[in-house]
Amino acid sequence: MTLAAFASRLVPLLGVLACLVAAPAPAQRAPLEIDVSGAQFRPLPVAMLPFTASEPALAGAAESIGAIVEADLQRSGLFRLIPRAAFLSTDVPFDTMPAFEDWRVLEAEALITGRVYRAPDGRLQVQYRVFDVLAGEQLHSQQLPQDAAQPRRVSHQIADGVLTALTGEAPYFDSRIAFIDETGPKGDRRKRLAVMDQDGANVVYPGADGLVLTPQFSPDGQRLLYISYDTGQPEIFLIGAGGGSQRRLGNFPGMSFGPRFSPNGNEVLLSLTEGGNTDLYLLGLNGGLRRLTSNPAIDTSGSFDPDGRRIVFESDRGGSQQIYVMPASGGAAQRISFGEGSYGTPVWSPKGDLIAFTKIRAGRFHIGVMRPDGSGERLLTTSFLDEGPSFSPNGRFVVFYRESPGQQGRAQLLSVDVIGRNERLVATPNAASDPSWSPLRR
Amino acid sequence: MNARAFLFPALLTVALAGCTSDPESPVATAPDPNAGVGAGGGSGLGSGGVDDPTSLEYFSVVVGDRVFFATDRFDLDADAQAILRRQAEWFRANPGATATIEGHADERGTRTYNLALGARRANAALNFLVANGVPRARLNSVTFGKERPVSLCSFERCWSQNRRSVAVVIKGPVS
Repeated sequence: MTLAAFASRLVPLLGVLACLVAAPAPAQRAPLEIDVSGAQFRPLPVAMLPFTASEPALAGAAESIGAIVEADLQRSGLFRLIPRAAFLSTDVPFDTMPAFEDWRVLEAEALITGRVYRAPDGRLQVQYRVFDVLAGEQLHSQQLPQDAAQPRRVSHQIADGVLTALTGEAPYFDSRIAFIDETGPKGDRRKRLAVMDQDGANVVYPGADGLVLTPQFSPDGQRLLYISYDTGQPEIFLIGAGGGSQRRLGNFPGMSFGPRFSPNGNEVLLSLTEGGNTDLYLLGLNGGLRRLTSNPAIDTSGSFDPDGRRIVFESDRGGSQQIYVMPASGGAAQRISFGEGSYGTPVWSPKGDLIAFTKIRAGRFHIGVMRPDGSGERLLTTSFLDEGPSFSPNGRFVVFYRESPGQQGRAQLLSVDVIGRNERLVATPNAASDPSWSPLRR
Repeated sequence: MNARAFLFPALLTVALAGCTSDPESPVATAPDPNAGVGAGGGSGLGSGGVDDPTSLEYFSVVVGDRVFFATDRFDLDADAQAILRRQAEWFRANPGATATIEGHADERGTRTYNLALGARRANAALNFLVANGVPRARLNSVTFGKERPVSLCSFERCWSQNRRSVAVVIKGPVS
């Protein structure tokens, strides 16, 4: 079976996506609230054999590498992993073709095998194969070294290889999420910067602490912009994603917030407040400040399109908080949100096809997506307070935070795919908010 | 902010905010960590407690250190203007006092927008004080958005207490 045929199995999911992207903009502007129960969607049934080890000493490594791959695939919501207990045989030598009939009877459509061995240079190597069970052929195979300093990464790279081979989707498992770790009482939260792998592992605290808000990854994934109250007022800082010294950006007389990198990483889009009024500016990391908006409204939460040509932002210039698009150099802005309620925190997908946002309507908060022309609005989530979407590197998922009401209210990270399926908690050590999904790691 | 010297007890904060106690959750109001006021070394401020018109306690309790706003608004209603006029009078009578005007929002908005909204509220209160004779140089403003609520329930009776600007009196000149 061809890759295209495999992809066609995901038709309900990918088809809706394709429609979302390809359909002409409808004249009608009412939000489209599709069935988000996922009832039409069928995850691809796959069987994954335990990864084998070339020597007994590597058995533990093989097991943990395989477990991380399996967890990634499971969490994506795109696959149904057939329970190992159902397997007719787990004794499939890595170098031989499997007995496909044994997997067809389980209705597995793909089979994944892998092995771990030690290369002559002493490094661990992982080799994996992806088979099309129905066609009885190998679709994909790859051999990857394990980075001893970051042992989990190879598993995410394998999961990415499997994902792309079976669905055609671009990779995203080998990525990280920056967020704000929240502790302390609601009236006096301690908020500190944290970074972890997208699956919640390897949490690190780069060092920004106290009252820290809205981190944003640089396009190379190496640095983070964030807001800190270190000086007593909100100001924008830059820090290495792994730690290091904190650098205050600019030396503005007023308050600065809402930072986001330009796609080339050389400039920072930000909001400055002067005399109580907030406008958008572009700050060169090597100097230079350019004003992009100039009016008495709140203009904030800017985000570039992937080409760096346009900026999406929120403004209440029309009387309520709405989403606008303007050229990256500033100038005439076009409103793109027209549904009932107000809209904020717009962010452009790395694929360019969608803009995700927070919507407030009738006392409920939603995460939603729309095309950059404002058509095809779709609400993905709803709760007392959902806010702050950030796209996965392949533009297929968003991570956001949800806060529960009341004195004991607590913020948590969740992810959901862009058609509203597969809403899941993202594990964090404490309460967490303001997620920023990194680009694919290099 | 660094001049924070002592915190008012929660009940006092509630009383001066004009907030009725929360019937469902009596402990739902936290001391405002930013409502601290610095004792005025060198500022000529008195330490005679609430009966001393030059004291910080007098400012907070008798004058009123905060004003409230409607949802998503930053205009000053008649109550707010009356409080701010009393504040201006107090600042004129205590020329050593300086203040940071904090702007706050309730939890029913997005984080960044609420920062901008808090800045509008702080600025509205600051401008009113300046228009009523308080030298601009004695005032500073800062927004906390929705980061520092004083009433913690998720009902309008709490949100209305959080949509506020607070004059936090500090000693010494504005930095």
